[in-house]
Amino acid sequence: MERVGVFICHCGSNIGAVVDCARVAEAVRNYPGVAYSTDYKYMCSEPGQEMIQNAIKEHNLNRVVVASCSPRMHEKTFRACVEKVGMNPYMFEMANIREHCSWVHAGKNEEATEKAIDLVKMAVSKVCKNEVLQKGHAPVTKRALVVGGGIAGIQCALDIANNGYQVDILERTPSIGGKMSQIDKTFPTIDCSACILTPKMVEASSHPNIKLITFAELEKVEGYVGNFDVTIRSKARSVDMSKCTGCGTCMTKCPGKADDEFNMKLRKRTAIYTPFPQAIPNKPVIDRESCLKFKSRKEGKDVCGICAKMCPAGAIDYEQEDELFVEKYGAIVMATGYEQFDHSVYGEYGYGKYPDVISGLHFERLVNASGPTQGHIVRPSDHKEPKTVVMVKCVGSRDPEHGKSYCSRTCCMYTAKQATMIRDHCPDTKVYVFYMDVRTPGKLYDEFYNRTREEYGVDYIRGRVSKIYQEGEQLIVKGEDTLLGQQVEIAADLVILANAMIPNPDSEKMAQTVGIGYDKDGWFTESHPKLGPVETHTAGVFLAGACQGPKDIPDSVAQAGAAAVKVCALLSKDQLETEPTVSVVDTKLCSGCGLCVPVCPYKAITLETIQERKGGKTVERQVANVNSSLCQGCGACTVTCRSGSANLKHFTNAQILAEVDALCQTMQ
Amino acid sequence: MLLNEKQIQNEELNKEFLRRSGVDVSKCYQCGKCSAGCPVGDHMDIPTNKVMRLAQMGLIEDAMKSSAIWLCATCSTCTTRCPKGVDVARVMETLRIMAKEHGYVAEKNVDKFHSVWMTIVGTMGRMYEPGLIVGRNFSTGKILQDTQYGVPYIAKQKLKLVPYKCKNMDEIKSLIAKAEAMDREERGNK
Amino acid sequence: MDYAYYPGCSLESTGIEFHASTKAVAKELGINLIEIPDWNCCGASSAHARGHWISLALPARNMAIAEAAGLDVAIPCAACYARSKKVELEVTESEEAKEKIEEIIGRPYTGKSKARNLTEILHNDLGVDAIKAKVVKPLKGLKVLTYYGCLMSRPPEIACDDIEDPIMLDDIMTALGAEVLQWGFKTECCGGSLTACRPQVGLDMTKKIMDAAKKSGADCIVTACPMCHSNLDMRQDQLSKKYGAYNIPVYFVTEMMGVAMGMNPKDLCINRHFVEAESTLGKIGKTSEGGEA
Repeated sequence: MERVGVFICHCGSNIGAVVDCARVAEAVRNYPGVAYSTDYKYMCSEPGQEMIQNAIKEHNLNRVVVASCSPRMHEKTFRACVEKVGMNPYMFEMANIREHCSWVHAGKNEEATEKAIDLVKMAVSKVCKNEVLQKGHAPVTKRALVVGGGIAGIQCALDIANNGYQVDILERTPSIGGKMSQIDKTFPTIDCSACILTPKMVEASSHPNIKLITFAELEKVEGYVGNFDVTIRSKARSVDMSKCTGCGTCMTKCPGKADDEFNMKLRKRTAIYTPFPQAIPNKPVIDRESCLKFKSRKEGKDVCGICAKMCPAGAIDYEQEDELFVEKYGAIVMATGYEQFDHSVYGEYGYGKYPDVISGLHFERLVNASGPTQGHIVRPSDHKEPKTVVMVKCVGSRDPEHGKSYCSRTCCMYTAKQATMIRDHCPDTKVYVFYMDVRTPGKLYDEFYNRTREEYGVDYIRGRVSKIYQEGEQLIVKGEDTLLGQQVEIAADLVILANAMIPNPDSEKMAQTVGIGYDKDGWFTESHPKLGPVETHTAGVFLAGACQGPKDIPDSVAQAGAAAVKVCALLSKDQLETEPTVSVVDTKLCSGCGLCVPVCPYKAITLETIQERKGGKTVERQVANVNSSLCQGCGACTVTCRSGSANLKHFTNAQILAEVDALCQTMQ
Repeated sequence: MLLNEKQIQNEELNKEFLRRSGVDVSKCYQCGKCSAGCPVGDHMDIPTNKVMRLAQMGLIEDAMKSSAIWLCATCSTCTTRCPKGVDVARVMETLRIMAKEHGYVAEKNVDKFHSVWMTIVGTMGRMYEPGLIVGRNFSTGKILQDTQYGVPYIAKQKLKLVPYKCKNMDEIKSLIAKAEAMDREERGNK
Repeated sequence: MDYAYYPGCSLESTGIEFHASTKAVAKELGINLIEIPDWNCCGASSAHARGHWISLALPARNMAIAEAAGLDVAIPCAACYARSKKVELEVTESEEAKEKIEEIIGRPYTGKSKARNLTEILHNDLGVDAIKAKVVKPLKGLKVLTYYGCLMSRPPEIACDDIEDPIMLDDIMTALGAEVLQWGFKTECCGGSLTACRPQVGLDMTKKIMDAAKKSGADCIVTACPMCHSNLDMRQDQLSKKYGAYNIPVYFVTEMMGVAMGMNPKDLCINRHFVEAESTLGKIGKTSEGGEA
């Protein structure tokens, strides 16, 4: 016998000013199943909750409906409330008469009240069919995987490792370090990027709890929170890591040449190489695209082999192949970072054809003491020191027509930093910055920007640049000083574009592999923009650094720490509670059509063969089977199932139909 | 004058402008790229981005009074490079058409040139350059402008002295009349 | 290759060289240009200053006549091309516009007949290899700047080439054997009709382009727009009077093609330019040191 208690919340005036709460309580008092009905100003408050608990005891209630806000807000609160007095939390239902009613029907009090009554009746009808459910438990693998070995990944791994948990860093390139290793100085303090990064790289590589998996990629992710099975592709390095001592002799005589990506192609590197001198691990790889041996093998020949002859340790292995292996992890942190927007889409800036129109990251290599020019700021075309430099902000950023609609957040500061560095290195060089807005909301950021203008004498001009073209040896930059309302033309020796940050080009594929969301630009989506900034919608997968959106180093490091805390909280548990609201298949009804298998986003459904007695014989047939640990209760299978055999617990077909029936009855 | 009062005064003009241009001027974020690339920019009384600003603020009368809208050569560099996809050239064109209709012509000579052109096309069906030059010079009062080219033009046989008149002038005249009627209609209603 | 041919008003007068050379070159290349009977002015830069529908109706009539003949329209003049293309796009994209335009012009026009820029036909339909095959007098030793102006590449929806760095004229000139120099003014506006109604404004715009041309060290400029040609060629004497010597011949691309195909410059009307243009052709085949290339 159902005995439902109904509690209508005013939410102060949020609901009460639109919906006549007393009338709603009155209207459902005699509804089938209802044993008690009342309204109150704040149901979630302590007296409100006590009111529910007392009513359960006094009126012998076995089911409760609270009509208030969204379940996202207070379902947890009320489930705990009823559980305290011995009621199973799944015998509680919430009717959302705030977001779904009073807020959207303000001013239409009569209709809103009618709708609220409907919503409550639906909830009552459903709760009458609710069943007692118990949470499940799953074990936890006490090891984390951090995907990406930039500053966010390194920091996150260190924080997890220092909490006593095992953590692997998976890095696609031959070395950890990421974009920060390419950067010369960091704002707003102008401390050397390498000087603060390399100690962290060394710490990560020597930490007993951290394992580095470099030159490797994420291939497949299976399993669920606490129990991920991750397939990793270890790319053929052509160097036996166990034998290589990192002496570097192999690189001295290599005749193969390729553009040096680490130095933004401003110089060449050898085919067998380490990306930079402080690389970790400091062991080379062979780039098979530019290696003479591998190139000749494609033509049926087999030449060169100098590196193998040079190597004193016999570590060169031309026959190595990619290897796949599976590791178990309890949590995954995505820290795959960003790439730089390619400015060659801008015809008006020369389609990337002018050698002296460079990007911010090019400049970082130009000004770096270990870069291709030993830190001398010179033009790439003729290696002369520029006397006039023009910097252009928002290239690709805030440009929905030709680039990205978002602000890349870091460019205002790195442009100011680079402007001051030019003035420091070349005091006779004039620097102009074209900007639309200066956005410096970080600690000591605006002070830095103002010093750039006031102390370093950099001229800021408010306006977007319309065209850059080559005239003789110089570049003519055509802009507008919108504050003066005048066109300006500057003959520059070097133009530095503040290119936007874009996600790693593979981010969408990676998101699909891991099973997390991403936005229209390819940035990974956090579970809540304010309250869940490092979580994803997939339990056990977290975000750190710029893969979630453009971020500078301080923000990336902070987010990495936050993600680490979430990981540690997860790994600290021996067992995880699992929601019982999962799908089940009634094998008697299931026809084994298999339609539900591909629609399941969590790969929780498989077809399995069962045996049954039919007409005196044992026959075999296929039916769908849901792995309740993997199932996240999304319900996709239940709507796909043609026989109605798939049912989501707590949202069963019978429960949903009861709601529909309740609504239809009032409409008649 | 108070801004809000001025905007109220411009309300009808603004509605007409938005309807006829079909451009969402609210998208403009005043980056100035239109002004920066404008080949006529240094001759305009107000730069293109300020015309956009006036349009955005609904101050259509001020925008119509500018010379900028008449000096615009409709080269569409602004539209092509606008990061927000705003058809700036269409804004200039609509304001120019409206300015003529509402009696604001900041560049009389530009306006007269167009009038002479359209008159010739309306009579002959095609352009007749000597007529254009003479007509323009008389209407602008600059009788001698470009006459130095007359003799060389004739000597080089680059000017047709006897104009071609379209055979089907009735058709062309009716076409112009109908098109102008439709433009007038668009000005008033919808 | 049959096309309806719309020369436009300029080609009958100030742009007579474009008309003559287009016809001569087309004949040589096997392009059959059938002039639209009794065509009318496209409205150029004036009609769209007066009204939206008048700017569409004038070119629509010409396009409708061509459509009745089942032909695409070859248009040498960039301005005429832009206006005609605009109406073609308008009727293709909007049924409502199509109905209105048909009502105004009293003829059916569905947009089936396309407005084609002559340069685009030469470059894309015929192809540079076919042009190259006809070259008997390669333009070796001639340093040229290509100048496209606005209306071949803007606004983007009517563009028949890259909007910021068009290459069709470059490709054709390279095929003819000339050396194409790079500059930043390929698509910069010459001033259009402003030279006629606001002479100083127009002259300043022309000056910027000619200054850059002088700096580049080119022998000449090659264009495909009669308005641009008129402004750059005719106004150089005015510039010279005010700002010092300007003396760079400006050719139509079809004139250059005719020369390379061995035609008599006079038949191409090259003797009718304002800036004397015949003697520059003497540089062809000579190296800068004066020897034979």
